[in-house]
Amino acid sequence: MYEIRIHGRGGQGAVLAGGILATALVLEGKYVVAVPSFGFERRGAPVASFLRFDEREIRQMTNIYHPDCVLCIDPTVARAVNVFEGVKDGAVLVQTTAKTLGELQLPPQVATVGLCDAVSIALDIFKRSITNTIMLGAFARTTGLVSLESLQAAIQKSDFRDAGLTQNMAALARGYEATQVHRIERAQAA
Amino acid sequence: MSAVLAPKPAKAESKLVVCDGNEAAAWAVSLANVDMVAVYPITPQSSLVEYLAKFIADGRLGAEIVDVEGEHSVLSVLQGACLAGARTYTASCGPGLAFMFEPYLRTPGMRLPLVMTIVTRDTLTPQSVWGGHQDAMSVREVGWVQMYCESVQEVLDTTIMAYKIAEHHDVMLPVNICHDGNYLSFGAARCELPDQAEVNAFLGEKDVNWHVALDPQRPMAVDPLTGGAGGPGPSAFVRYRKGQCSGMQNSLKVITDMHEEWGRRFGRSHAPLIESYRMDGADYAIVTIGSMTGAAKDAVDAARARGEKVGLVKVKTYRPFPAEALASALAQVKAFGVVDRSVSFGWNCGPLFQDAITAMQCAPTRIPAMSFIGGLAGADLTVTHFERVIGRTKELARDGRPAATVWLNEKD
Repeated sequence: MYEIRIHGRGGQGAVLAGGILATALVLEGKYVVAVPSFGFERRGAPVASFLRFDEREIRQMTNIYHPDCVLCIDPTVARAVNVFEGVKDGAVLVQTTAKTLGELQLPPQVATVGLCDAVSIALDIFKRSITNTIMLGAFARTTGLVSLESLQAAIQKSDFRDAGLTQNMAALARGYEATQVHRIERAQAA
Repeated sequence: MSAVLAPKPAKAESKLVVCDGNEAAAWAVSLANVDMVAVYPITPQSSLVEYLAKFIADGRLGAEIVDVEGEHSVLSVLQGACLAGARTYTASCGPGLAFMFEPYLRTPGMRLPLVMTIVTRDTLTPQSVWGGHQDAMSVREVGWVQMYCESVQEVLDTTIMAYKIAEHHDVMLPVNICHDGNYLSFGAARCELPDQAEVNAFLGEKDVNWHVALDPQRPMAVDPLTGGAGGPGPSAFVRYRKGQCSGMQNSLKVITDMHEEWGRRFGRSHAPLIESYRMDGADYAIVTIGSMTGAAKDAVDAARARGEKVGLVKVKTYRPFPAEALASALAQVKAFGVVDRSVSFGWNCGPLFQDAITAMQCAPTRIPAMSFIGGLAGADLTVTHFERVIGRTKELARDGRPAATVWLNEKD
């Protein structure tokens, strides 16, 4: 079972991103459970959503406390919450940021990092900082756990229409192309 | 979860969807060809009735929808529709259910086969908009059938079955399908949509008001004045009550039969009254209800892998209470622990615990039992919590000395 925690802010579509990713994974024959964290939905407030997938049926309808992957679709939410809380050893971070790897503070558990300046792409495509579908492209590029084609099919199955559909398809592709993937080599403990 | 997960109408041939429990319930209502829906949105039920409004606007469901001014009117509207022969549906929870209480009380006595989802929510006060079973548990003695679901798929399948159970001539009672606010209402999973023609074949002809009808051609008095030591006298009232109680008891068999038929027709089986999980050779057991069961089963698997002889019994049908089935499932254990997502204020334990120990009066010997309360107000019940429950119940099986109610999320 693979567990992903998505961090964002209200209004960016973190929950929607979880739904699209879940649909894409199901199209690839996986079993998926996606549970949003619950609060009063306010624009700008930190939100999280949880997604687990497996080759076999998943029974736990619970939050995720020890993620294999943290997908962070907002550049500043890490200042408000500890996005690395409970991450497993060898974890993957997929982060919206304009910074370089050297400018980020990462805990030792993180072994792979995908960086994408999704805010700039979003401002270009949507004229607003809606980063969710861009960061799904970044997730696919970084982890290889879902194909770009399945994500495209999931977006087409969604309620996006007309210009919104075109924009989100473009956003997904741009996120995939623009993501820089880094493997972090850690010094072995003596 | 947003409507984005629904396939577009043009792609209706797709049988596999990703949806949350609220959307699954709406799909079921659509597949059941309901005639009349009355709604008043309330968290965490709101998206369910929004999906229904969308399905009706899209022409997927050919029902009348009435957006009334409050929950009291929701059920009053549906009572009238049901008396006129309509298949009806609504959903509510928490404060909405409280405001609905007066017509809610009258529905079983009129023997109206309404189907209503309770998207369970903890009751106030203090303020909380999150899940818990307290709302549904607070109306457990009112005469509605209550079934609690474990998964998104079970929500969909049970909601369709509910119509056939409610409308069965041996039952003729309203049915609540309860699914956990937050974890099932907004938790999404892969879900199979049954074929419309197969659902039609399963449900058969609508037969909603054969016993009592608002029909100008057949005028009749509905809900007559009864009771008192003089006047109309108590006889009619007593017979109404006795009939209601019989209908409830009859539903145990009808629920079992419908689940069996569902499994046969659709190739997906759900335990109708209780589910025994890894109870073969179990020394002790935990008892669960609702969506917590998935994590509990994973905890039982892990304990079994360590050599612990623990099993699990899930209660699905809570009203009427499956006393015989539960007593028989737990007859051989040395101890059991019951996990409730609500409290019984009068007994300082969980209501399911209280029912379980009452049911165990049928057992030949007294079996030590303990009450665990968790998952209140949206609190998560994880595998770790169930490891605690299993550990404490194992201790109970060893020493036979039950302790006071354990509050699982007190320090979370």
